[in-house]
Order: sequence, then structure tokens, then C-alpha cells
Amino acid sequence: MILTITTTHQPATDLSYLLHKHPDRVQSFDLSFGTARVFYPEVSTERTTVALLLEIDPVGMVRGRGAEQNSLFDRYVNDRPYVASSFMSVAISQVFGTALGGRCKDRPELVTTPIPLSVRIDVLPVRAGEGFLHRVFEPLGYTVEATCHSLDDQFPEWGDSPYYSVTVMGTKTISELLTHLYVLIPVFDNEKHYFVGEDELDKLLIKGTGWLAQHPEKEQITRRFLKHQSSLYREALIRLVEEERLIDIEELPEPQQQEESLERPVSLNDQRHGAVLAALRASGARKVLDLGCGEGKLLRELLQDRQFEQIVGLDVSVRSLEVASSRLKLDRLPPRQAERLQLIHGSLIYRDRRLEGFDAAAVVEVIEHLDQPRLAALERVLFEFAKPATVVMTTPNREYNVMWESLPAGSFRHADHRFEWTRHEFQEWANRVSGQYGYAVRFIPVGPEDETVGPPTQMGVFERV
Amino acid sequence: MKITIPKLSLVVLIGPSGSGKSTFARKHFFPTEVLSSDHCRGLVSDDENDQAATTDAFDVLHYIAAKRLARGKLVVVDATNVQPEARQPLVELARRYHCLPVAIVLNVPEDVCHERNRGRGDRTFGPHVIRQQNSQLRRSLRGLKREGFRHVFVLDSVDQIENATIQQVPLWNDRRDEHGPFDIIGDIHGCCDELEELLLELGYVKHTTSDESSLWGDVNYVHPQGRKVVFLGDLVDRGPRILDTLRIVRNMVRYGSGICVPGNHDIKLLKKLNGKNVQITHGLADTWAEIEALPDETRELFRKDLAEFLDALVSHYVLDEGKLVVAHAGMKEEMQGRGSGRVRDFALYGETTGETDEFGLPVRYNWAAEYRGQALVVYGHTPVPEPEWLNRTINIDTGCVFGGKLTSLRYPEQEFVSVPAKQTYCEPARPFLSESQKAPNLSAQHQQDDVLDAADVLGKRIISTKLDRTVTIREENATAALEVMSRYAANPKWLIYLPPTMSPSETSNEPGMLEHPAEAFAYFRSQGVPQVVCEEKHMGSRAVVVICRDQVATRDRFGIREDEIGIVYTRTGRRFFNNADLERSFLERLRLAMTKAGFWEEFQTTWACLDCELMPWSVKAQELLRSQYAAVGSAGSASLQRVLSVLEQTAQRHIGDKEILDALRVRFGDRQSAIERFVTAYRQYCWHVESLSDLKLAPFHVLATEGKVYTDQNHVWHMETVARLCREDTDLMLATSYQMIDVTDLDSTARGVDWWKSLTARGGEGMVAKPLNWINRGRKGLVQPAVKCRGKEYLRIIYGPDYDSDENLPRLRSRGLGRKRSLALREFALGLEALDRFVRQEPLRRIHECVFGVLALESEPVDPRL
Repeated sequence: MILTITTTHQPATDLSYLLHKHPDRVQSFDLSFGTARVFYPEVSTERTTVALLLEIDPVGMVRGRGAEQNSLFDRYVNDRPYVASSFMSVAISQVFGTALGGRCKDRPELVTTPIPLSVRIDVLPVRAGEGFLHRVFEPLGYTVEATCHSLDDQFPEWGDSPYYSVTVMGTKTISELLTHLYVLIPVFDNEKHYFVGEDELDKLLIKGTGWLAQHPEKEQITRRFLKHQSSLYREALIRLVEEERLIDIEELPEPQQQEESLERPVSLNDQRHGAVLAALRASGARKVLDLGCGEGKLLRELLQDRQFEQIVGLDVSVRSLEVASSRLKLDRLPPRQAERLQLIHGSLIYRDRRLEGFDAAAVVEVIEHLDQPRLAALERVLFEFAKPATVVMTTPNREYNVMWESLPAGSFRHADHRFEWTRHEFQEWANRVSGQYGYAVRFIPVGPEDETVGPPTQMGVFERV
Repeated sequence: MKITIPKLSLVVLIGPSGSGKSTFARKHFFPTEVLSSDHCRGLVSDDENDQAATTDAFDVLHYIAAKRLARGKLVVVDATNVQPEARQPLVELARRYHCLPVAIVLNVPEDVCHERNRGRGDRTFGPHVIRQQNSQLRRSLRGLKREGFRHVFVLDSVDQIENATIQQVPLWNDRRDEHGPFDIIGDIHGCCDELEELLLELGYVKHTTSDESSLWGDVNYVHPQGRKVVFLGDLVDRGPRILDTLRIVRNMVRYGSGICVPGNHDIKLLKKLNGKNVQITHGLADTWAEIEALPDETRELFRKDLAEFLDALVSHYVLDEGKLVVAHAGMKEEMQGRGSGRVRDFALYGETTGETDEFGLPVRYNWAAEYRGQALVVYGHTPVPEPEWLNRTINIDTGCVFGGKLTSLRYPEQEFVSVPAKQTYCEPARPFLSESQKAPNLSAQHQQDDVLDAADVLGKRIISTKLDRTVTIREENATAALEVMSRYAANPKWLIYLPPTMSPSETSNEPGMLEHPAEAFAYFRSQGVPQVVCEEKHMGSRAVVVICRDQVATRDRFGIREDEIGIVYTRTGRRFFNNADLERSFLERLRLAMTKAGFWEEFQTTWACLDCELMPWSVKAQELLRSQYAAVGSAGSASLQRVLSVLEQTAQRHIGDKEILDALRVRFGDRQSAIERFVTAYRQYCWHVESLSDLKLAPFHVLATEGKVYTDQNHVWHMETVARLCREDTDLMLATSYQMIDVTDLDSTARGVDWWKSLTARGGEGMVAKPLNWINRGRKGLVQPAVKCRGKEYLRIIYGPDYDSDENLPRLRSRGLGRKRSLALREFALGLEALDRFVRQEPLRRIHECVFGVLALESEPVDPRL
């Protein structure tokens, strides 16, 4: 909420020309979300500091919000009034617009001169850790000092907050500095207070001219700057789990995006889909189910094989189905293709007549997302009622977790995993289920197999006898 | 001519164009009952005479006819129907919906048709068309019965048509006006000793009939209170006193104290009596021997009489306004109250899958597992060790003749009375007490309830509740609930209740206040509620506790096999504790306290459901505290400190705009103290939890125990009952302090306000005001079951650190409570309905529907600060 810029350029008082703001006044600027004030805590030829103080009206912000606005504000008590966020970027562009644009009527030569500048921000939310702060600023030629604030002194076990008092120093033109701040503040925060539309990309391209393309973190910066709003559906879900954290199976905030980053080097996901496809092809199935289809990666491959005449993808998350539908471009597929594929919303622990009469079902990386006692319901829904002739099921092999050094011992690959099984545990379960419901099961390792701990993924192929 | 047709039938009018079908239909039937092919032609083509649209028009006609028949509505088809191929789909339709096809033929002289058609400009076809239709009609006349029409009426002249009257009569099986009470008795199979004993046990008194004929004896049974026995058939074969059984049943039916449906054995006997060649197996020989042993002079007469009696039996009955259906082998919903050969077959034999079991007997299709009807269905036919409810159906054939017992179900009491078999009269081909059934196991209903059906929760749903509010669940809300139920919720068998949301009191205008008890008291006063119970509102997390006296109760009452004695779950149905051991020891402690308090005996129950608050807040809301409350405190403290120091530094400079600067310093100084108070506020609800003793459970409702939902007890009773429980373990449990306030007495309300002030001054969240009794109806329907009134400091957590500043408070005061209150009432009605259904031992899907509904409603957008 407060940002100060200090220069030791001689004479330091030039800062007020550069910023076009009188050094002996307290100037106010009305913005749509509150008020910005500019004043100078110190002015001398050796050292001059300007302060940009932002006062956000939290009540007005909530009351005026349209339905399409950010879910963050659904939480009425939020950090927005106290942190540097996209509000600060807007304030910079409106209050220091001429300096940001590299214009200075009175002293045009100053604008193009790099001068020693130091910016302090209180407080900057950095949701990806302090390292990210350094990785972003240092390639641009700044040095960074940051102090992290604890969440609550009385509860040290709650740990550190994501809030930092940050000082960034470098020799830059004022325009460069303000441009970097304008783009990067919301990148650290990873939130936007306004609807991110198509024009946001143009904004980034213009503001990023000359530095973004070479930046080693350009992908992260771009992705976070263009961060899209979460859907209304997700908001409804958040209301339901309120006091607890909602974990999106597909879209995790970075620190938790373990499973994919762990498994990426071995492209395990590809190998898994390959193995599942092979098993489905071998079964001769024509009508197939993808149960827990998520965002439709397997569905896409199934669609490409004419063997599969009828494909149904089921998921419990409407959001995933929406993504699947748009990724598969369902509305633009030719009718003959489109009628092969159907996406349905449903749950594997409720009996569902729409799942009856299929030749095969793929259940890929699904069971571990259920609380283990609820598996009993899944067993009956799948093997007693839906009873496809073939079931191809994969699940992580917990034994293999030791192979990943970055994974703390004893923890699961994904924050939403409720359990992970050893090979013995999975096989014991699969054998019992097979016996009970008249199936025979065989097991196939997926991914690079280690002599002692086996493969990263285990697969069971169940055939009805 | 008087035409008598069953109330539910498919009436096919047959006659050439101009024979007067439409006029006839208009005269005798409601417009909505008549489906005319001309009209349907018009619907699809805008031209009632467009013959090219005929195929589409009949598609529409058949579609509507099918929908009407499925709903049990009479259909009259107004089309020429002179060709067999036009009639055949209609006969099939009637068969598919188990109703009788009726043909009414309008056979008028050809020139009458010509004459009438000439008078109508829109009928442009030539006279040859009528001629052809007429000859088709004449050729059809003889074959109509063979085509499947059960009733055929031919009206041969204009006069006959004009003078015809139509009477609609109920089917034989429609006995909705019989309200009982009934005693329904399962398969007797000649076990007359047990029957006599059972009748006496049921309170029937032996009467002597004045019947002169000695064929049927003079024994009759009558109930002094006018109860009636319903015999479920299979009176004969296998047992020792078959004819005596028949005599009692026949006399009770004849003299009005009994109703009887036939069983497959009775019908086979009837065939034999009628001289058909049937196999003398499965005990028919026993019956036949008894008949053969009759004296020569009466034997033939008896046979004839018996055949008449059996022949007159109706295969199933719909009783008591449709609430009860009885049949020998059961009755599917879509067949109830209908008449067709297939309905009769189902009533007698049930349905089989076509497979045979290891004893060579046909495997029965378990129609009851699929049953979703409202009517109770009571049946017999297949011996079971114990009668068990499954989806409102029950088989009460407990195999008396095989050495089991003779069971009756009292209706509407739903109690069983049975008499054990005096001996095993016959060895069953398939042991009906199989080993697995003898071992303690889950009931049939509980086994079925292991898996719920998505069709019972998805889509738009309308749920009727006892508080006579019909609650609608919108499809998109059900969708969100399905995800939460599937990903997070505990076993649905435990989830017998979800708590409703609660509205705050109306907004206060007291300076610096947003909520104040005065508005809560005023609300209840305005609703005509004189007494209010104010309970301290604890700041923890809502917890519903279901607890069983022992593991047997877990299995028998909840159908849960796991080694559990209960559960603590959140308001969204999620397990409160992630740690199973912690939950277990928590529940053990609670159970011990209940045992010490004599709870199980006092309430004659093996389980209880308690509505509670569990503290501290930080146990469950850890994540929310870290990501939101502590985060705001941390960001606010750090940034405001810096702002103040920069402002201070600027002030040292003696620049212009001094007043603005001073005002800013005051403002931000205020904001800093607000953030400090905010941090103080949330910290009060957080403490370290290392062991059970750090947890505090504050129950405030005893929601339900076996057979009872305690909405008939007032809130003082609940508070006192809970307090007695809490005394047994004050380390774990916390009795809630409360006050009784008379809202019509200003001294009393002032006391209430003072009490609230002292609670909130100590850092308490506030209070909940409830009308003394659970359920109150005001001028506009149900009164809110509770209204919360939160303290000034607590509201900082809800509305933000600076909510009470002069610029914020006036804006925050404009808040609408309408949606929240409507939601609270709908969820309240659903929650109680779930409990009611559970104590009535309804199938899980009926309970889950309500619980799922509460969760779905919770996803409706409402201002979360309310």
C-alpha cells in the first residue's frame, strides 16, 4: 500500500521533475477503487524520496463488484488494502503516467539518463517464495533486499506470511523502473483485481518491449500477468468447502504442483496413456468409458482411433469437463466425430445407469483421489453395476516415491491423494475385487521399472470372465 | 346401449369418416381425454386434412397416448381405425401400460357418412374412400376380440349411437376406499393351527356363521375393532389342514372380515379343479388328498364352490387411498392398480431372470431393489427368515410350512406379530435359512444402501418436507453438491443431518453497532413469539456428532461394517478429524460420558445425533486462519507501521498541506489500532491443540435418538439435557450458558442486552436467539428457528478491521437478509426431514436426498458475511 522511490542522483531533487510532482505538497488522486497520495518524506540534493500511498476502499470494492469479478473478493476480509497489487500498477500508470511513458516536458534529457534508484514496497505479496523475487529482478540488473513477515508472532507454527518488505535497487531510467514495477507487482501477487481480457496481452507486449523476451522467467511472468479469472462454478465450490482449502486436481498453485513436475522427466503421463490405450485396443472394445476423464487428455487419443465407436468421458468436476470440452473443441468437431464422444458429469461412488453396457472402462489415476473407505462404493458401481467387459485401472506405486529426491519421505505425489498403494496393496485389492465380481486381473508395470521398488505407476487390467 | 369401461382403459373408436366419432367422443369424454388424428395432423402440418402428414400425426398421437397411460389416465383415440394395422399399435400400447383396450364401433349406414361429409367443405375426398373404409370396417368386426380388445361394443345405428351411455368403473383391484386397519398374513400353506393361533393373538374373535351350507363349516373370525385380515395367497398345499384353512379364509372374505389375493399354488389348484392337466407336485397332492377324503355327497359341490371362490380372487389390491398394495409375489410401481395378463402373472409369480440357481430353482429378479414407489408393497411367495423392509416393500412369508413361522404385519402400525411353526411340515427345495443369512449381517436395506444412485440426486429435484414446505433444488446446485459429496464427504450412511445456515438479526442503528439484541427480540415479538432462549454462541466450528452405544448399533442401525462407533462431521458432511485415532478417542470419551449420564437407558436408544460447536476454531479452520485472517493481520500490521513512519518523516519536513498530512496521520493511526483489534479478535479463538483435553465440545441440540426427533422439546429442555451430559466430562465438554427472555417485558429484554454485552466484552462471539419452541408459524409462514447476534469485536473478523469506522459502517448497514432467511428456512426444513426419515427407518436414498439438498442449497450465492 506504500511504495517509496529514492534517488541519490545529483541533484536528487531532479526526481520531482521526473515524476512531475511538487516536492512540498501532498497531492491526492481519486481512482476508481480509492485514493492515491504522493508526497516527499525527504528532499535534498543528496537524497530525495517520493512516497506513493494507496488507500483502497474495501467496502466500496466489495459493494461495487460485478458478478464477473475476482473470487478473492468473495472473502470480504482480504489483504488488498494493505499490499502492493494490481491496484498499485493502476496507480502508477495514472499518477506517474508521464514518467512511465518516458516523457518529461521540462527536463527531456533526464528521462533517458539511467540514475541510481531504490524502491521500497510495503508489503509485496510474493506467492512463489523469495527465490522468485531474486530470479525476476536480478536478470534485469537490480539488487534485491527482502524481509519476510511472520503470519502471527503468537503462533510461530503457522510459519511465514507471503508478505515481504522489499527494497529493489538499480541504475535505471525512471521509465524503466516504473515499467518493471507496473508489470511485475501483479506477477508476484498472482492476482488481478479487474477482468483480464484480450487486451491484456497487448498491454504486456507493449510494456515488455526490450526486456521481457530475454528474461529467463518470461513464461512465468507472462502466465501470471495474464492470469484468468476463476469460473463462477469454482466460486460456488469455494463456498461449499469454506473453512478448508480447495484443491483443484488439475490446476494447483505452484508449490503443490508436485505430481506433474515430479513425473515430467520420465514423461510418465504419456507412458501411462500409451499403456492404457494399448490395453483398451487389445481388449477389442468399441464402446469405452473414461472414468475420471479430467481435462480430456486420454479422450483426445481415444478419439483418434476409429476402433472406439462410442466414447464417454465422465468426471465429477464440472470445471474439468468444461476445459475438456473446449480443449477437444467439441462444438467444432464434424458431426460424425462429435457423436462418438459424450462428456457427462457424474460420480464414481453413485450408481449411474448411463455407464451400463460398455465394452471397456479406463480408470486412470482416479482411485487414489477417493477416501479409502469410499472405495467400497466405487467397487460396486464399477464392477457390479456398470460391469464393462474390461477395466483398465492405474494408480501410483508408492514404493517408487523414494526415487524422487524432491518428494519428502512419507508424503504423497499430489496434495489431493488420499492414499497411495504399494504393489502388494493394489494387487491384493484388485484380486479380491476380481474374485468377488467375476473378473480376472493381470498387472502391468508402467514407466521405468526399478529392481527393488518397481515402476512408478501400476496398472491392472480386469477382464470379466 | 349401456357401455361399461374400466376407469383406466384405452378406448379405440372405430368408424369411417362421417360416422360421428368426434361428436360421440365430445359427448362422453373430457376434451383432454380424446386424442384425434385430425387434430394431430393439424399440430404437425397446420392442416387437419393433410393426408401426407398422417405418419407424423400418428407418431404424435401414440406419444401422447403413451404418456397419458403411463400416468394412469384414460385415453380415447378418435381416428377411423378401420384397418387392423392401425389398431394393432394401439393394442400394443395398452398392453405395454397394462391397461385394457376397448373397442367402440360406430357402424352406421354408408349413406349417412356420405351425407355428413358432403356437408363439410374440408372433406374433399371422393365417396369411394368412405366405401372402402366401410368395407374394411365390416371385415374387421369379427376379429376384434382376437386382435386383443377385451371389450368390444358395436353400435349399429344412428339411434343406438345417440342413446348410448358410458359408465366408467374402477378396476376390481381398486379398493382405495378400504382404510383398514389391516392385519396382513403371509403364505399359510395349510398351517391352520398356526393360523388360528395367530388370529387369536391378533385379537380376532371366533364367531359362528349362520351359513346353512355345511360345505364351508361355520367358523368365522371377527375383530372387535373392525380390523380386517389380508391373506396374501398360497393358502393351500403342503400343510396339514388345508381345507380348514380354506374354510376360515373363505368365510372371513364372505362375511367381510377378510380380503384375499390368490397365490400361484391356489391358481394351480384352480386349474386342477377345472379339469386342466397339471403336475401334481409341490404339495398339490396334499390338497387333492384332503378333497378326495370329503364325503362323496359333498365332494363335487365343494369342488365347484371352491373353484368359484378361487376364480373370483383378484390378483392384487390397491388399498387405503393408494398407500398400500398387497399381492402374493409383489407388485412393481408401474403395474399397481392396473389390469392385464402380465400384471396378474407378476402378482402370482413375480419375475425371474431366466437363470436357475444351484437348486434348480428359477432366480428371482429383485424388483424390490429397484422399487421407487410411494405405496407400501406387502407380499409373500418366497420364504425368508425374517421380514425386512426394502424400499417400502416387505416380504412377510416366513416359511411357516417349512418350520419357520407365520407372520402378520399390522397396518398402519407396521408391527409384526408371528407364531412359530409347530413343526416342519415340508422340507424346502432350497434351504431358506441359508448359512450366510443366519450369521449376523447387514439387513437387505443396508446392503442396498451401500450404493446410492446418481439418478436419485442429480437434476432438478423437488423435495416435500414435513414442515409442509416443498423445497426445490436447482440442477446447477445439485451439480456442485455432487462434487463435494464425492470428493470430500464421509460415508453417506453416517450423514443423517446437515445443519441449516443461520441469519443474523436485523441491522442495528445503535452508534458503532451493526448488530444488537434489540433487533433479535423485536423480530420474534413481531412474529408473535413471546419467549426466546438466548444461547451463548461459541466461536469454533459447527460439528454434528453421531454416536453409537456399541459397534452392534453401528452395524444394525447405520449399516456400517467398519469398526466405528460414530462420527464427527462438519456442516458440509466432511469428517471433522483427519486422524482416525483422535476421532476414535474423542468419541470414546463422549460415549463414556453418555453412559455415565445414563443417556442410553433414559432415551431407550443405541445411538444419538447431537448438534454441537467444536472448539477451538483453529482446529478445523487452520488453513483459513493462515491464508486469510493471519495473513491480513500480518500484511496490515507491517504495511501500516511503515506508512506511519513515512508520514512521520514527512511531517518533520514542515512543508505545505500540513492539515492534510495531520489528517492522514490520524486516519492511519486509527487503522493501525483497528488491525491490532482485528488480530486480538481472531487470536481468542485459536489455541494449541496437543491432546483431547485441548478440544472443547459444546452440544446444544439433542437432535435425535431411536424413533425420536426432539423438535417437540423446547430449547430449555435441550440446554438442560445437554448440561447434564456435560457434567460427566467437563474436561471435554462445555455446557452452554443461556438466558430465557420474555420479549414482551422490557426489564427482561434489558437483562438480555446486558448479558450479551458482558459476553461480547469478554471476547465472546455473541449469542443465538431461538424461539422457546422449535417450530413456530408466524403471519408469513415459518419463523426463523434461530437468529444470531454477533459482538462488535467479533464482527471485525467478518466485515474487516475498519468496518466500524464512520465512513464504512453506514454503508455496511444496508444489507438484505431476505435470501439468507429464506435459505435458512429451506435448509432447516430439509435437515429435520432427513432426521425424520432416518428415525422412520426409510431407505438411505430418501435421507440422502435431503442431506444432499442442504449441501446443494449451501452453494447458492448469499452474502457470506451474514
